[in-house]
Amino acid sequence: MTDEPTVVRPYGDTTGDGMVQTSFTLPVPPGPRAEGAALQLAAKMGIEPAMVVHSHGIGAGFTFFVVYGSVRHLVDLAEVHVEERAYPLLSPSEVNAAVKTGLHRKLVVLGACIGTDAHTVGIDAILNLKGFAGEKGLEYYRELAVENMGAQVTVPELVARARAQRADAVLVSQVVTQKDAHLRNTREMAGAFREAMGEQRPLLIVGGPRFDPQMAAELGVDKVFGRGTTPGEVASYLVAALTPAPTPAPTPETTSTDAAQEVPA
Amino acid sequence: MVSTRLDLDPRLTVTARELAARAAQPVIDLATRHTTVSVERAVLRLAGLAGTDPVAGEGDIPWVNRVVDTVREQVGLEHGVALPVWHAITSGAAHDLDDVAEQVGAGTARFTVPEGTAAEQARAAARAASARGIARIDANRARRDELVALHGDPPRRPWIYLIVATGDIYEDIPQAQAAARAGADVIAVIRSTGQSLLDYVPEGATRTGYAGTYATGENFRLMRAALDDVSAELGRYVRLTNYASGLCMPEIAVLAGQERLDMMLNDAMYGILFRDINPVRTFVDQRFSRMVHARAGIIINTGEDNYLTTADAVDEAHTVTVSQLLNERFAHEAGLADWQIGLGHAFEIQPDLPESFRLELAHAMLARSLFPDAPLKWMPPTKHMTGDVFRGYLLDGFFNLAGLLTDQSILLVGMMTEAVVTPWLSDRDLALRNVRYVLDAAGGLSEDFSPPPGGFIDRRAHTVLTEAVTLLERIVQDGLLESIAAGTFGITKRPADRGKGLDGVARIAADHYNPALDVLTEKADD
Repeated sequence: MTDEPTVVRPYGDTTGDGMVQTSFTLPVPPGPRAEGAALQLAAKMGIEPAMVVHSHGIGAGFTFFVVYGSVRHLVDLAEVHVEERAYPLLSPSEVNAAVKTGLHRKLVVLGACIGTDAHTVGIDAILNLKGFAGEKGLEYYRELAVENMGAQVTVPELVARARAQRADAVLVSQVVTQKDAHLRNTREMAGAFREAMGEQRPLLIVGGPRFDPQMAAELGVDKVFGRGTTPGEVASYLVAALTPAPTPAPTPETTSTDAAQEVPA
Repeated sequence: MVSTRLDLDPRLTVTARELAARAAQPVIDLATRHTTVSVERAVLRLAGLAGTDPVAGEGDIPWVNRVVDTVREQVGLEHGVALPVWHAITSGAAHDLDDVAEQVGAGTARFTVPEGTAAEQARAAARAASARGIARIDANRARRDELVALHGDPPRRPWIYLIVATGDIYEDIPQAQAAARAGADVIAVIRSTGQSLLDYVPEGATRTGYAGTYATGENFRLMRAALDDVSAELGRYVRLTNYASGLCMPEIAVLAGQERLDMMLNDAMYGILFRDINPVRTFVDQRFSRMVHARAGIIINTGEDNYLTTADAVDEAHTVTVSQLLNERFAHEAGLADWQIGLGHAFEIQPDLPESFRLELAHAMLARSLFPDAPLKWMPPTKHMTGDVFRGYLLDGFFNLAGLLTDQSILLVGMMTEAVVTPWLSDRDLALRNVRYVLDAAGGLSEDFSPPPGGFIDRRAHTVLTEAVTLLERIVQDGLLESIAAGTFGITKRPADRGKGLDGVARIAADHYNPALDVLTEKADD
């Protein structure tokens, strides 16, 4: 694998052709001037030469474009930093065994959608017996005691319940992201647990389709799960974070957000 | 025009409706024995009380809340607010309703529950005020009929239903007009997240909604006026939809009638299951709100699509049918005619499942055949929209085709960017192009499409209907409230003595008087 190239370009149909396609709308009436404007934007995005392969007007003052072209930017794989899973993926029986030998009691998990978010899809997919992506939910795990508080739980309710149930872990799902509600709600929750319970607070885990998994520290939680997370990954993380060795504890989150971003924001 | 129908086993359909009626009856009885703060506030809104108390809170508490809360503190809610409030007027303690509100604001109001002749006078005055309020709603209904006659209905079914949601009514208006020009027949203004759980209706034109725009009387008026303009321009009456759900269903229903909205989201159980609103509160509120909608000539839209976002669309298909049957029963009881009952269902089967499209057709045809005269609302995929916008666009195309093949009445336009962003201008445009392509390319296809008896679609529809009957039998046996408490619908368990808004429910006393119900039921018997 040593001769794998570290610098790559987008692939259309030939190595190194750099081909990308993109679509966007400009507040310009359709016509040659609009197409010229689209080409100018494409060039500034690094797509050169670019082809406006399609355009049509939307209403009186807007034009929609589909653009193909070769992007001049390079991607340096050596400069790409992503979070690798820092814990082993366990089967349900391995999770049960680890909890039983590690804790000698059930591991208590509390789940909720907080704030005004009424979308229980995420938390249900992880917790419900039914599960997600062919994996059974956490309710299926014999050694996990799971309570799903449902939607629109207030932060004080969640903190009180976590205390009453002596929750080991609190899972919060956030789907609504308008105006960064998911980030705001998460920070509020983390702050409330810190204030109410200090070091005794449960493990805090948030998840949702628009979270960046690298944001845990910034949000004040222990772990962030993004789109496509399965119940098994969550269960495995719980074991890694909450039961003593032999399972190694998770390594601290990397805070690097650097990627080979040459495209201007 | 030939319509696609399955020949459903009449024993099953008759049994299903009988069971739905039996399941609903105890809840209807319960609803008639209770009132709620929102029902009582609706009575005051109907009589014309509007505005907010400039002094209470941050100046955003409506007068109807202030008056109802004060009446409740002084004499309780069990008599209804009409008796004490109009007694204050007929006894000369206040000139009119606004004066009552002012006295409440000043802290000088002293409410008593009248008896004998004084009670008769208060009832008569309250009834006259309610009748004037209903007359305004009647006039709006007549005006709608005139405008539909003048501009015309959409040229074809299904009606194309598009959502606008910026949070700012003044941004919504040009977007809604643009959507109408691009082909939308129905504009829905999504509400601000969390409005369901506000125990008051915000006031005035609003610009600060969150993932949606607040439902207020003034926002309703502004949007309806804007759509009247665009209807005249297009020569097609463009309908307006909002949401009578949450803690203020009855009041929002009144506002919708006052401002000539055309359709309203209104589900009998949605608030209970998805918003954790107390079941009794919900059933009382939905009954009153539906009586107002019935009178206003509004088409309700029920929320069965929601079940399928939390449960499996194949395994739980029968819960949709059960909910449709219950919604139909509650709607009929509240006086809604079949043409007003827009029962919902959705295209939410896992697309990787073999024969998923045939299963969708079977479920959609079951709804069409079981409710032949209902303006069914067909909702697009959301659960399996993954962010792969290309696949999403294809899936929406199949959704559009299924809607057309199975003769759906109202088609909510699906967005390929569902679950990614709130729709962009181009997303809406592409989505409408998708719909137009399918309608233009295959508009008459339902004429050629009749699944054979005993075939896959016919068998699947009967399986779902049979499962629905079995579930209804269980609900009749256990009780609807008990079934909701036990988690029969979706996975959520909602006991009747819990949930939000329970403190706003009161069992009515023998002398309870609701003048709006009085006027509404009298006319309904005509």
